[in-house]
Amino acid sequence: MLNIKNLHVKLEDEDKQILKGVDLEIGAGEVHAIMGPNGSGKSTLSYVLSGRDGYEVTQGSAEMLGEDLLDMDPEERAALGLFLAFQYPVEIPGVGNMTFLRTAVNSQRKLRGEDEMSAGDFLKLVRAKAKDLKIDAEMLKRPVNVGFSGGEKKRNEILQMAVLEPKICILDETDSGLDVDAMKLVAEGVNALRSTGRSFLVITHYQRLLDHIKPDVVHIMADGRMVKSGGPDLALEVENNGYADILAEVG
Amino acid sequence: MQDARKSAAKRLEAMGLPQRRDEYWKYTRPDLLTAEKPAAAAIFKHGEGPMFAAIDRLKIVFVDGVYDADLSDDLTLQGVKIWQLCDAPDWAQESYGKLEETGQSPVPRPLATLNTAHATEGVVIHATGESCKPISLIYQRKSDRSDVMMHHIIKLDEGVSLTVLENGAAAARLNTVVEIDVADRAAFHHIRTMGRDHGRVAATHMFARLGAESTFKSFTMTMNGKLTRNEVVMELTGDNATAHVAGVAMGDGEFVHDDTVFITHDAVNCESRQVYKKVLRNGATGVFQGKILVQPDAQKTDGYQMSQSLLLDDNSQYYGKPELEIYADDVLCSHGSTTGAIDDEAMFYLRSRGVEVNEAQDLLILAFLAAAVDEIESEEIADHIRDRLASWLTRRRK
Repeated sequence: MLNIKNLHVKLEDEDKQILKGVDLEIGAGEVHAIMGPNGSGKSTLSYVLSGRDGYEVTQGSAEMLGEDLLDMDPEERAALGLFLAFQYPVEIPGVGNMTFLRTAVNSQRKLRGEDEMSAGDFLKLVRAKAKDLKIDAEMLKRPVNVGFSGGEKKRNEILQMAVLEPKICILDETDSGLDVDAMKLVAEGVNALRSTGRSFLVITHYQRLLDHIKPDVVHIMADGRMVKSGGPDLALEVENNGYADILAEVG
Repeated sequence: MQDARKSAAKRLEAMGLPQRRDEYWKYTRPDLLTAEKPAAAAIFKHGEGPMFAAIDRLKIVFVDGVYDADLSDDLTLQGVKIWQLCDAPDWAQESYGKLEETGQSPVPRPLATLNTAHATEGVVIHATGESCKPISLIYQRKSDRSDVMMHHIIKLDEGVSLTVLENGAAAARLNTVVEIDVADRAAFHHIRTMGRDHGRVAATHMFARLGAESTFKSFTMTMNGKLTRNEVVMELTGDNATAHVAGVAMGDGEFVHDDTVFITHDAVNCESRQVYKKVLRNGATGVFQGKILVQPDAQKTDGYQMSQSLLLDDNSQYYGKPELEIYADDVLCSHGSTTGAIDDEAMFYLRSRGVEVNEAQDLLILAFLAAAVDEIESEEIADHIRDRLASWLTRRRK
């Protein structure tokens, strides 16, 4: 599904290398988690994969479903099925949440050469998904993320994910700023989307999110590289001992 | 009316035409408006249907600034009396130029005085009861060199409401004055779209006086035009009056748009609101000069002024001059003026959801304009305006 090889990335504006040879392979239906200390390059990886400006790939490759991701515009990546749940979802005053969602759905369909979804079908779809995530009609009417609480913003991200039905979902610290109940709700939303054809890359600082979203593989990232990979137990090890031991171990 | 014209000519002689050195014309060069003859302006064929077509209205048509009886509806409407300016009744002859003259303080507005001195075309509208539909002033052009002055007088009696629509480019060079007297508890609504001829120039003035508990709401959409100066001069003279003026201007290339607004609060507990938004690209220029003057007795004034521009490239420019002058001590007045580019974060957010670049940009531009368009009370007309704005943007996609 996603195949990253020896990816090196630096900031465009300054000569600062952030990713220093990331290797990662995620198969269909798998859930991978990336953990790592601050500044290890986790968020950069998610931005580079989704096509944000400001980064320069100096070496390596990233393919999704056999296609070269790095050569595509962000919207093309989205249409191919890549979805990034933002750590800090952006507020867009003046654009209604429904308009936003509908524009996204139909733009992706257009890019894929499919017909637009009818207004009726769209409404039905959104209402059903919103209900599962306890997102009320009023929240759908409001401008995108404007005046939303931290929890509401993250639920709104998951709603977009549910409606857009991507093939690979990157969750960038989706648990940050959430209380336990909100995190559970978000995790349930994510789990409901798990399927054999959909993979997840869950970026988090803490193990507790992984109690709710059970990963198949856990990677530890440090200084721009994956330094260790393992099963779910690796996350527990981090939780109990911190990163220091692992980092010392891998040198 | 002849006396009013003569006295206006004298006043004009004393004040002179606007000059580039005038402070009031610091950001907009008046040359094209004051030149002896207008430059030719090609008539733009936009291929879209006429504005307000779906709205049931009484149509009054001017062609090259001259009333056209054949194209216009019969000038009879329940609750409203309508005359051509040349047939103005006594009261209108009496009041002709009065609000314009009052509006000459504290700064002279010579183009309006020029209009009072020379305009012979226009309408007089007297709302005496509840009108059943809006009055639609439609300006058409046949000549590419028409130099037009029109002067309208609008009067609303106590407690009545009236909607006036204006659309069309009217002339290669246009000078209009509208004098509006809104009596106590009356409500005046005005929506104007200025026509999209690229080469046209226009100076418009609205002079309004508001009585107690009255409402005045005006919205203007300007797309294209080489030079536009829209002035609003309003005095809130009765307690609890509400005045909202709003505008959106879309400029691409050779385009100067200037909104100059002067609102005087002269009564207690009145609300005024200015919301002006401009989208500028390819060297277009936007200007906003807005002032709220709160007189000593105008306590509990609620004044709001927002002027914003979105610059789509580095060549475009915006000058904002927001002013508050307050002599009462118990008032709430706020103003904001911003200039900015499209928000990169929002752009990436939209694109990451699959929205293609041009569409994402248009969506954000329309979002930027929303607060001004939302000032239009009729949802039907607001939707109509939104459609026009969206198609203007679509046509400019690269």
